[in-house]
Amino acid sequence: MAVDNRFGPEYRDADDDSALFIRNEIITGPVSDWATDFSHLEPEWAADPYPIQDDLRQRCPIAHTGRFGGGWLPVRYADVAAIAYDTDRFSSRAIIMNNARPPREIAPVGGSPPISSDPPFHHEARKLLLPAFTRSAISRLEPATRAFCDSLIDAFDGRDVVDAAQEYAQHIPVRVIADMLGFPPEDGPQFREFVADLLEGINLPTDERVERVHRLFQYLLAQVDEHLARPRDDLTSYLLDVELGGHKLDPDHVVGTMALLLIAGIDTTWSAIGASLWHLASAPADRARLVAEPGLLPIAMEELLRAYAPVTMARLVTQDMHWGGVDMKADDWILLSFPAANRDPAQFDRAGQVIIDREVNRHAAFGLGIHRCLGSHLARMELRVALQAWLDRIPVFGLADPAAVTWAAGQIRGPRTLPLRIRD
Amino acid sequence: MKVHIDSGRCQGHGRCYDLAPGLFGDDDEGYGQVLGNGIVPPGEEKAARLAVANCPERAIDLLEET
Repeated sequence: MAVDNRFGPEYRDADDDSALFIRNEIITGPVSDWATDFSHLEPEWAADPYPIQDDLRQRCPIAHTGRFGGGWLPVRYADVAAIAYDTDRFSSRAIIMNNARPPREIAPVGGSPPISSDPPFHHEARKLLLPAFTRSAISRLEPATRAFCDSLIDAFDGRDVVDAAQEYAQHIPVRVIADMLGFPPEDGPQFREFVADLLEGINLPTDERVERVHRLFQYLLAQVDEHLARPRDDLTSYLLDVELGGHKLDPDHVVGTMALLLIAGIDTTWSAIGASLWHLASAPADRARLVAEPGLLPIAMEELLRAYAPVTMARLVTQDMHWGGVDMKADDWILLSFPAANRDPAQFDRAGQVIIDREVNRHAAFGLGIHRCLGSHLARMELRVALQAWLDRIPVFGLADPAAVTWAAGQIRGPRTLPLRIRD
Repeated sequence: MKVHIDSGRCQGHGRCYDLAPGLFGDDDEGYGQVLGNGIVPPGEEKAARLAVANCPERAIDLLEET
């Protein structure tokens, strides 16, 4: 067998391309007007973005900001869908709105394929991953996921108040994705740091962000070495072995996809589980109904995904154009808010309310078009199992201290502190 | 009544095979596919309509036959 030398010194010692990124001035602080100066990083947005989005939907409906070097925020379902489907004029070469844009030459592959990829490369990169994330492939992980949820609840024994975000929701996706990638489960706390570095430290100085990303890639390269030495049946060995167009993948592709799989599944699912528990803790009638009718959970879960969709994506405009009544410039950001689309009254009856038995629910929590969340079947399994386990074991619970609940700012929104009273 | 999936629109969300497992299944990549000839048997009409109404990509057509 030929030695795999893709990850040798020539690769590791090469300069990264961060010097080619287009940087802008970092602007922080309170928002003056959400229509002209929006920022999804400010505490007001983190605490409750929905009234802001509802207001913008009435009066804009595409908001602008000069922060992040310039960007737009559509809040109508129709606009969000049109942008998601228009991959020619809205590129995925960057999907986290921040203060540095990758150069255009990085398209159509991008730094973390396939989420960062545009057609035609996107389809090839995505095809490699789809079989591992089908509903039937994911269903094999369900018994271990349930057992893990039960073990987390076992550890609550004797306590009256627990933090459902930090002691429950957070751990579930970390464990599942570590198993899938074949990373040591005890590295979980490090994964959460990587996630915070990439998704939450948006307004840090760009050089510091580059350094943090570098730390993640050093970790991933150590996992590559470990898997090259001892191949096994997991996604890392699969990526190292698989071929595209008759060749093994470029090393950047392997490591970029590993980064994507590690990062994308953690904050997102953590947020969905946490927001669902927050809702049920705040709405006793919905909680009681789900306990009485466990068969309603699949429908209820979709409504919680609609109302508290955790994930907002970003795009970069590819050309100067008049679009949706505004003048967009090439390289402007689009903050693609699936949560705002999901609360558009033009698309949903009683859009601002949680209707726990809403049967017709064409929501966009997992995106629309070619970038439909690759892990959606995994996320749905984890969310369903996490809620089932909780409701089976802790049917009565409520907010211990509503003022102590905190929500993440940025593109992934969910509770980060969630004290729940689980015994009277 | 007959169901049809537009494979150009389907992105593999899987709502159809979750909501109407008697009418839809998934392929090896998770895309939806119609089971058999797509004729909706008696008793499955509601499931068929729910699958259509919940598809995020509007990829499913329901052909009402007279």
